[in-house]
Amino acid sequence: MHIKNQQDFWSGLMFVAIGLGFAIFSVSYDMGTPSRMGPGYFPFWLAICMALLGAVVTLGSFRGEHVEDSSVGHFDWDILFLIIGSICLYGLMLDHLGLYIATPLLVIFCSLASHEFSLVIAIGNAIFLTAFSWLAFVKGLGLIFPLWPEPIGEWSLLAQILIPVGIIIAVVMLVRRIKGK
Amino acid sequence: MMELLQHLALGFSVAFTPENLAYALLGCILGTLIGVLPGIGPVPTIAMLLPLTYILPPTAGLIMLAGIYYGAQYGGSTTAILVALPGETSAVVTVLDGHQMAKNGRAGAALAIAALGSFFAGCFATVLLAAFAPPLAEVAFKFGPAEYFSLMVLGLVGAVVLASGSLPKAICMILLGLLLGMIGTDVNSGVARFDFGIPELQDGIDFAVVAMGVFGLAEIMNNLAQKENRVDITDKIGALYPNRQELREAAPACIRGTLLGSALGILPGGGAVLSSFASYTLEKKLSKNPERFGKGHPAGLAGPESANNAAAQTSFIPLLTLGIPGNAVMALMVGAMTIHNIQPGPQVMSSHPELFWGLITSMWIGNLMLVVLNLPLIGLWVKLLKVPYRVLFPAIVLFCTVGVYSLNYNVFDIYIMAAFGVIGYIWSKLKCEGAPLLLGLVLGPMMEENFRRALLLSRGDFTTFVTRPLSLSLLVFALALVILVALPSIRKKREETFVEED
Repeated sequence: MHIKNQQDFWSGLMFVAIGLGFAIFSVSYDMGTPSRMGPGYFPFWLAICMALLGAVVTLGSFRGEHVEDSSVGHFDWDILFLIIGSICLYGLMLDHLGLYIATPLLVIFCSLASHEFSLVIAIGNAIFLTAFSWLAFVKGLGLIFPLWPEPIGEWSLLAQILIPVGIIIAVVMLVRRIKGK
Repeated sequence: MMELLQHLALGFSVAFTPENLAYALLGCILGTLIGVLPGIGPVPTIAMLLPLTYILPPTAGLIMLAGIYYGAQYGGSTTAILVALPGETSAVVTVLDGHQMAKNGRAGAALAIAALGSFFAGCFATVLLAAFAPPLAEVAFKFGPAEYFSLMVLGLVGAVVLASGSLPKAICMILLGLLLGMIGTDVNSGVARFDFGIPELQDGIDFAVVAMGVFGLAEIMNNLAQKENRVDITDKIGALYPNRQELREAAPACIRGTLLGSALGILPGGGAVLSSFASYTLEKKLSKNPERFGKGHPAGLAGPESANNAAAQTSFIPLLTLGIPGNAVMALMVGAMTIHNIQPGPQVMSSHPELFWGLITSMWIGNLMLVVLNLPLIGLWVKLLKVPYRVLFPAIVLFCTVGVYSLNYNVFDIYIMAAFGVIGYIWSKLKCEGAPLLLGLVLGPMMEENFRRALLLSRGDFTTFVTRPLSLSLLVFALALVILVALPSIRKKREETFVEED
């Protein structure tokens, strides 16, 4: 048995796993009868259908001819980590450090994900986008953001740990990137 | 006929207030601004700009949203013509001849043909929309829950049948979308489902959050992984107006494309993709010298562009009359309407006539604005295309994040978006498409509601879906679509079609 289509194999497994997960959770809700359905009824059968169809996809990946270009592409962990990490860090920082500090840090940190990172351009971009956020979001649209930092004592414990750790990791990556050039 | 004119007059009286005109204009400009950026199609553009419209009154918000949609589409064709980087599947066809024209030094003419063709199609489809919406809505009032359920099945099936890639996978993505739509409080019993004890999840997952994660963030990460590959921006725009021969070749194609697109756009599913491709094939078949296609034939650009735009317009018909979104963009529209407390469906026309007709007329106004404003501004868009990606993407990340935050002023939505960014990245590696998922997500609660009601009315008898003639014919149609696509001969043809597009 050879897997002829890697993408189908893995995506099928994913559907089976998620389907079973939803099905198991659905059982914990009241199922009811077809004429008086409980909250668990519709999701349960949807999840079962998805798991079955997922199994079909996975089994289908063994059949037929080998499909060109069906391997699961290379995952760029660096990019994934930098983009998602800096967004999550931004979420944490926004509540405690405010828009004017979180925004430039987000811009600089996620700029690191580019293959041609340049500190000068990133800082310039950060200043521009922070000014833009102030003008467009705060002044223009009147969105309500926390603007300035609140005292560290008032932060949640999680934020007290994660924000410094996140910033240190990002700064280390930044320094290594600059020195690497 | 008189009634039609009265309706349009009402619409114009709403759309022509300075305020609404300004929002339509703003929508067009913002939509073009984001849509012109390479690799960003209408779906992420709308998702990103959606939160802006929430603070407006409903009519103004929807008018601006429609403007954003057309702007994004127009911006997408500009990018397709100038840099051959389509932001969505339907723009792939535009690249074929449009970019060749640009390479031949006729970029200005190509852009003008695309804009004028789209405008013509827009005018025609708007009238069609105004004429056909009321009778269709009448039909919709006869629909019971069973019919609505079957109609949604048909809509979802239609959406995947036209998608590229594997059919079972696309259906799985729909089911997953439906399941994600179940997250949150069940309206009938008040039970919070799949909330894992997190209070924020009890309100459900916002479709805009998912759209930004799966379409916005995942796209950025994929673009970044490809290093810098943006080259070859056509510098010389050439004369902005097409010459006589180009006009003569483009005009009939434009009319045919409009008719074809209007018809196909009403069908549920990716009408825009199908229509632009069908129009290209038709033009190539009808042409006396088909060998010129792919080398910059004006008809090969005018046809698909008109078809695409007409379909974009008529795809509002199922949304406004039946409340069923036919594609991912319409799914976003449903979400926007729900946020303004408007349940999309046949009753919109009678309960909010000013909104309904105002929206329709401002579609036409939006199209006009795009022609009037964007052709002279073309130099600006070209400059925007030259902004390096390393400057651009942090801005997109920031806008997505701020947009998501402003939905509920809660950072939790930012984390959910980040999570869907990761999932979307994995899906892109597994070739699982996001659009069916988004449709499922929006339709999920509606579908469950109608499913439950239908079975409540029939006292738990499942045959209700096949014994009611309307419901049965909808289901048979859906089944026929699936079988049609699963047939080996057609499957092969379909694969070829999409390979050719790539």
